[in-house]
Amino acid sequence: MGWWYVAIAIVVLVVLGLWVTWTANRLDRMHHRIDVARASLATQLLRRSGTALELATSNALDPARSLLLVDSAHQARAAAVHDFESAESDLSEALRAVFADEDEVRSLGQNPDLAQLLEELAGDCRKVELARRFHNDVVVSARVLRSRRRVRWLRLAGRASELHSVDLDDEPPAALVAD
Amino acid sequence: MRIGLVCPYSLDTPGGVQSHVRDLAEALIGLGHYVSVLAPSEDEQGLPSYVVPTGRAIAVPYNGSVARVSFGPLVAARVRRWLRDGKFDVIHLHEPATPSISLLALWAAESPVVATFHTSQIRSRAMSASASILRPSLEKISGRIAVSEYARDTFVQHIGGEPVVIPNGVYVDRYANASARPDWRGDDGTLAFVGRLDEPRKGFALALGAFEKISAERPGVRLLVVGGGDIDRARASLPVSLREQVNFLGRASDEDKAAALKTADIYIAPNTGGESFGIVLVEGMAAGSTVLASNIAPFRRVLGDGKYGALFRSGDLDDLADQTLSLLGDQKRRAALNSEASLAVRRYDWSSVAARIVHVYETVTGQEVR
Repeated sequence: MGWWYVAIAIVVLVVLGLWVTWTANRLDRMHHRIDVARASLATQLLRRSGTALELATSNALDPARSLLLVDSAHQARAAAVHDFESAESDLSEALRAVFADEDEVRSLGQNPDLAQLLEELAGDCRKVELARRFHNDVVVSARVLRSRRRVRWLRLAGRASELHSVDLDDEPPAALVAD
Repeated sequence: MRIGLVCPYSLDTPGGVQSHVRDLAEALIGLGHYVSVLAPSEDEQGLPSYVVPTGRAIAVPYNGSVARVSFGPLVAARVRRWLRDGKFDVIHLHEPATPSISLLALWAAESPVVATFHTSQIRSRAMSASASILRPSLEKISGRIAVSEYARDTFVQHIGGEPVVIPNGVYVDRYANASARPDWRGDDGTLAFVGRLDEPRKGFALALGAFEKISAERPGVRLLVVGGGDIDRARASLPVSLREQVNFLGRASDEDKAAALKTADIYIAPNTGGESFGIVLVEGMAAGSTVLASNIAPFRRVLGDGKYGALFRSGDLDDLADQTLSLLGDQKRRAALNSEASLAVRRYDWSSVAARIVHVYETVTGQEVR
C-alpha cells in the first residue's frame, strides 16, 4: 500500500515542479519583454528630442520658440534616470506650445524640407506614446504575476528589480498629428 | 516589412472583423509591405492571392452569437507551418480572445505580436471567467490596439493595461468615386438613412417622422433607406401617400450603399446613442453628401462640432425636420460644408490609418521602415 502513496506523491511533485517551472518561464519572458519595451521607449524618446533639436536649429521658427525647443530638447536628452519622465513631459509641453497654431503648421509644411521634418516629428511623437503604453502594459501583467503567492513564496522573480511603469505626458501637438 | 495577419472568422461570411482585415491587408500592400492573411475559409478559389486558408470553419456558439471559427490539431499544424514559412517581422492578430486561429497563432508565435480588439459588448461574466485562461497567452502580445473607445473600455475593464485606439479606416475614394443613381433622385431633393430598421438607437422611427413633416413642405422629396430589418412592416407603417417616396434598399452591398450616399443631397444620422465612432458619417462625407447628424458626442467629434456637417438636437424630431428643410433650401451652405468635409475625411482614409498601424509595428519590432 505504501508504494502507492509514494507513487502519487512523486507524480504530484513532478506536476508541481513543471507548473512552477512554467510560471518561472512566463515571468522570465515577461522580464525580457520589459527590457525590450524599455529600450524601444528610450530609442523613441531620443529620436523625438533629436528631431526637435533639428527643427529648432533649422531657422524655420522665430528665435523665442527655437530657444524654448533647444532648451527643453536638451534637458530631455541630458536628464538623469530618475527624472527623465518630468524632462520628457516638459518637452511634450514645449512641443505643444511651439506647434499650437494649426494654420502656421500648415504653412510651414509648404516648405518640402520642413514638411519632412514635421512629419518625422509627428511620427516620433506618436511612437513615443505607443512605446510608453506598450511598456506599461507588460509592466502591469508582470506585476500581476509577481503578486501571485507561488511567485512570492518561491521567490521566482529572483533578484529582478522592482517594476516601475513609466508615467509621462506624451500627448502630441494636435496640429501635427491632425492628419 | 513582412506582416502576418490572422483573421479568426471565416472569410466566406461577411462581417466587420473580416472586412477590416481585408481592407487593412490591401492598404498595407499599397504601402509596399509583404502581407499574408491566415483565415478559415471553405474554398481555395475566389480568395485574394494574399490569403492562406486554414480550411473549413465550424459554427460554434460563442459570446452570445454564432461564430464561424476554426481549430483542432490539423488547423494548429497549419498555423505553425504558416508562421514558419512566413518568417514574419510582426504578427498581427485580430480578436485573439476567440477560440479560433488567432489564439493558436498566439500560442505558437515567436515574432513580436500585435493584437486588435474589436468587440465592445463582451458578456462580462464569461470574459472574467476566461480572463484567467487567456492571461498567459495575452501576455505575449507586445502591442494592443482597440478599434473604438468602447472596445478599449471593455478590454481595460477585464484585462487591464493601456491599449491604443486606432479606428477603422474607410476607403475614401471608393465613396468619392461612386456613381450616383439618377433613378433614385427625388425632384425636391434626396435624403439617405443608413442603419438597421429594428434597432431603436439607430433612430429610424425619428427619420420617418421627420420625413413626413419634410414631405409636407416639399412633396417631391425622396428618402433612401439602407439597412436590414422587417421592410414590409416598415413600409406598412408609412402613410399610404408616402410609400412611393421611400426606397427601401435592404441590406445593400457596399456599392449600393456608396451609390445611395452619392445620390443623396443630405445624409441624416438620427442615432440616439451607443455609437462608438460613427464611421458611417465618414462614408457619407466621403461620398459628398451633406451630413446632418444628432449631436451625440462621437458624432460631434467626427463633424468637428459642426464644421464638416450640421448637427441637430438628438431625439428632437422637429429640429431634425427644420434643419433638413433649411439645408435643402440652402445650396451655398451645403457646398461650404461639403468642401470642408472632403478635406477632413482624408484622415480616416485607410492609407492614413494603415500608416498609424505601421507605427505600432515599428514600435514593437524596433525596426524602421521609411
